[in-house]
Amino acid sequence: MSMAAIEFKDVKKSFVKGDGTVQHVLDGVNFSIPSGKTTVIAGGSGQGKSVTLKLILRLMDVDSGQIIIDGDDITRVRGKKLESLRTRFGVLFQGAALFDSLSVFENIALPLRERTSKSEQEISQLVSESLAQFELTGHEGKYPAQLSGGMQKRVGLARAMQLHPSIMLFDEPTTGLDPVMTREIYHLFARTQALFGFTSIIVSHDIPKVFNLADQVIILDRGRMDIFARPEEIQWSEKEHIKDFVKTAMGEIYQSRLVEK
Amino acid sequence: MNSNPLARLGNTGLYVLTDLGRMTLFLGMILRGVFRRPFRFREFLQQIHFIGVGSLTVIFFTALSTGMVLGLQGYYSLNKFGADGMLGSAVSLTLIMELGPVLTALMVAGRAGSAMCAELGIMRISEQIDALDCMAIDPFRYFISPKFLATLIAIPLLTVIFDVVGIAGGYIAGVKLMGVSPGSYIQGMTSSVTNHDIYLGVIKSFVFAVLVVWICCGRGYFVQRIRGAGFGAESVSRVTTQAVVLSSIAVLVFDYLITAVLL
Repeated sequence: MSMAAIEFKDVKKSFVKGDGTVQHVLDGVNFSIPSGKTTVIAGGSGQGKSVTLKLILRLMDVDSGQIIIDGDDITRVRGKKLESLRTRFGVLFQGAALFDSLSVFENIALPLRERTSKSEQEISQLVSESLAQFELTGHEGKYPAQLSGGMQKRVGLARAMQLHPSIMLFDEPTTGLDPVMTREIYHLFARTQALFGFTSIIVSHDIPKVFNLADQVIILDRGRMDIFARPEEIQWSEKEHIKDFVKTAMGEIYQSRLVEK
Repeated sequence: MNSNPLARLGNTGLYVLTDLGRMTLFLGMILRGVFRRPFRFREFLQQIHFIGVGSLTVIFFTALSTGMVLGLQGYYSLNKFGADGMLGSAVSLTLIMELGPVLTALMVAGRAGSAMCAELGIMRISEQIDALDCMAIDPFRYFISPKFLATLIAIPLLTVIFDVVGIAGGYIAGVKLMGVSPGSYIQGMTSSVTNHDIYLGVIKSFVFAVLVVWICCGRGYFVQRIRGAGFGAESVSRVTTQAVVLSSIAVLVFDYLITAVLL
């Protein structure tokens, strides 16, 4: 068993809805994300997948519980310590979250300019290497609005990799992309992970495809969490909500193929 | 939605208190961002240009028309008592102590405050602010505090320009159009405006600058937490309108309070 990069210990998070009722998104969940592996977090809409990512990044506070990252509880730290913990993460946001007023070059250079003391010459060299690595050479002067969705994701990934994170978080990385672009992003993901060896957490609706990349799968459902050491194990689950999820998310054909195997 | 009116009132009270607390902490974070290094001088200059230079046209025309209207109205009222020689005094005191700071702040809230709110709101809903946090880049130091400092410098300077143009407008209307003696207009102004009046105008313009940038940036930054704002682009448009309305009301309320305390 690999060492845990992230550990959730009895984490609770709830929201008060518009009608005054309380929705328990995470109801005392416990799980570990193994270091150097790929964990996929799946589940229906509004089940707390993105909330889980935000809790890991401390963009949101837990109601109770601990989230241990490399030995530090991120729910308790503040200021410089929190900043230092965050530099271990790279994030590819759903919409890439590029800065509209900055060019591709400036977007990729941003973490290097703000978080390192490298000279402009060194930054320029590193950004040029990243542009080549992510097949963006020639587009460095363009602005995000001039790029396709797939290119925006590649710029977002290039930017996220600049500080060599040990943990990469992908929030719906292929949302809004066509099948060709989706395949391209997954190839890029596999290549980048092989190169950098980071721990990755992918939140995705694109279940059949993303399961091919997974070492571990977590399915969220009404505050509960089911963990599967291998994606294939999902088909053997006796739980009704997992069966329903497999049926809906993977489709009848994929499900029958799994059963045949 | 809870149908009990008492519960609804309690919910609203809690929401207002939470919002006030959130906004107070936000102001604290802005002030902390001002002192964090490295300071983004280029962003600061760009904001001075956007808020200050960009608002010159609207400030110029508002000041000119306000000054001219004051000149005409003042002449009409003072002439009834044979006191049209006091026109310079009336126009300059009204502009320096009252209308200059208030109208400048309202114009900046409408032009630059709304833009700041919308920009931050869009950055929030498109996760750009989250991206900065994730890269361990303080969003306050990076782009909110430079806006704050730029507004703090631009609004008092624009107020001075407003006062000067307004007084010139009053001169054109009173002296050139209505025939008041130029000497009495200038004399009335220089003899009645004291340092205290100028300080009052300057203090007001600083306070209004803080209110405008704080409320407009805060509404944009917390766009997803504002009750009834909705989602996506709609939330940004609603919150932008709310920011301009709230900051305008705050300017008018504080105008009265400062006048009551310092006059």
